[in-house]
Amino acid sequence: MDDRVDSKRRRFLTQVTATAWAVGGVFTAIPFIRSMTPSARARAAGAPVAVDISALEAGQMLKEEWRGKPVWIVRRTQEMLDSIAKLNGILADPDSDRSEQPEYAKNAHRSREPEIVVLIGICTHLGCSPVQNFAIGPDSGLGEDWPGGFFCPCHGSKFDLSGRVYKNVPAPTNLVVPPYKYLAQTIILVGEDDGGTA
Amino acid sequence: MIRVLNWIDERFPLRKLWDEHLAQYYAPKNFNFWYYFGSLAILVLVIQIVTGVFLTMHYKPSSEHAFASVEYIMRDVPWGWLVRYLHSTGASAFFIVIYLHMFRALLYGSHRAPRELVWLLGCIMYVLLMAEAFMGYLLPWGNMSYWGAQVIISLFTAIPWIGEGLAEWLRGDFVVSDATLNRFFAFHVALIPLVLTFLVIVHILALHSVGSNNPDGIEIKKNKDERGNPKDGIPFHPYYSVKDLVGVVVFLMVFLGIVFFAPEFFGLFLEKDNFQPANILQTPPDIVPLWYFTPFYSILRAVTYPLFGVDAKFWGVVCMGLSIALFFVLPWLDRSPVKSIRYRGWMYKSALGLFVISFVVLGFLGMKNPQHVDLFWFPNLVWAQIFFFVYFGFFLLMPWYTKWDKTKPEPERVKFK
Repeated sequence: MDDRVDSKRRRFLTQVTATAWAVGGVFTAIPFIRSMTPSARARAAGAPVAVDISALEAGQMLKEEWRGKPVWIVRRTQEMLDSIAKLNGILADPDSDRSEQPEYAKNAHRSREPEIVVLIGICTHLGCSPVQNFAIGPDSGLGEDWPGGFFCPCHGSKFDLSGRVYKNVPAPTNLVVPPYKYLAQTIILVGEDDGGTA
Repeated sequence: MIRVLNWIDERFPLRKLWDEHLAQYYAPKNFNFWYYFGSLAILVLVIQIVTGVFLTMHYKPSSEHAFASVEYIMRDVPWGWLVRYLHSTGASAFFIVIYLHMFRALLYGSHRAPRELVWLLGCIMYVLLMAEAFMGYLLPWGNMSYWGAQVIISLFTAIPWIGEGLAEWLRGDFVVSDATLNRFFAFHVALIPLVLTFLVIVHILALHSVGSNNPDGIEIKKNKDERGNPKDGIPFHPYYSVKDLVGVVVFLMVFLGIVFFAPEFFGLFLEKDNFQPANILQTPPDIVPLWYFTPFYSILRAVTYPLFGVDAKFWGVVCMGLSIALFFVLPWLDRSPVKSIRYRGWMYKSALGLFVISFVVLGFLGMKNPQHVDLFWFPNLVWAQIFFFVYFGFFLLMPWYTKWDKTKPEPERVKFK
């Protein structure tokens, strides 16, 4: 018998085995990585929420929970609507071209009905929930010319009463408008519109 | 006894390991105060593992029960308050010890050749420790836990194209939820401690293979006696093992003082907003991470200008990542012919001083509202932007100022000072 090692043969066998193991390793990793994605239960938990807004007065806001996120519904006064119409110059995306909203909310007031706006109350920067600050001017603590809106305490982003983001703040886009529709004059269904469930 | 040892030695290299790493490991004889923090880091790791095991006996990793189970540990479990406060104070103590341990390296050049791998392993452990602390902080399911996790996971959404999917994958849900809490628990108690412990062993093996640095930054292996041992070295055991035990006593006096008398440490070690259960409709009015993350948090917030048509959000995340990543390349940024600060010139001394000041000031600003004025003249944001440049200047200008710096000649043998 020949005692010499056939190193070519050894190298070939080592490489083939290692390659087979690497391919097998990748396939084995897939189920484990997939197991960390949202489960069927988490996906199903996003049922639409019906909100009664009959008690919501002009200039007030109510908070509701949908898919584990805060949803804000604001009934704006005519003065509020007039004041935000003048803000375009200091907003980063006044026409909501780069922001996320259903087609029917891509307008000046970002809503189906001008006075009622529905927003997801999560800052588009890093996911904090901004605070409402509807006071005007120095009372707000946000400067003389603050017209009322939302302020994110985490990183200082500012939004107007339509959830449109100011220039030179960390948040890149306007607050998201979820799909919604009116079931009756005073009942809003958040999470579903005529295009289907979100 | 000897017969038992001999029996083991024939089957396992027990005496060889003991000699190599303790009784015959020659460490420089001129170690000073700064050399306590390596062994103290091991002590804190042990404290965290032991108290952590006892906490898991009573803690429930579910969004419904987590907050209540922590309160149950605090009120109803015998000595539960002690175990929990040891663990929560231990987290902050870990970072204090590690920051001082890293500062020692910057003082005496312990990260430089031939110890680059020791330093790199240390940097990996530092990043893992941050992940460990971050995931542990979600577990009490307080309001700050919840929103802190929400913010940090949202950092990943800044990555173009894959960011949104990656954040969803990490959370296991569309927002931070029960699924997130459960997996953080798994990583916090099983995976990361296991990897950390393994890396501690590799870190020590790498150190013992090249030998310890010392306050003079010179290699003691250059001068050996006739038996081949460094003339300036003394066996780790019993010299440093006993010395370190005295250091442990002093450390425990301070540590237990905090555990017994100020476990919240004025809102720095346990934040007041975290005594409220997580509320998904309400972000705490002043959201801040725990103190050991605030320098990096300041850097994240300091970036407010878009650049090259990309959002400020993306650049903030990039700068924060870079502020940590730069530690990894430190051994290659330093071009000085000497290692220890004792023989360096005024440039490195001032740069290191400024770096420490920027780290502390950024840390302070990270706990404050960016719009307020807590220092003087300017709002906090402006100060953060100024120290942002000091912080990065230390790293990015290092190849030049360490080269130009006028150094003193290194001694042949180590000195006591």
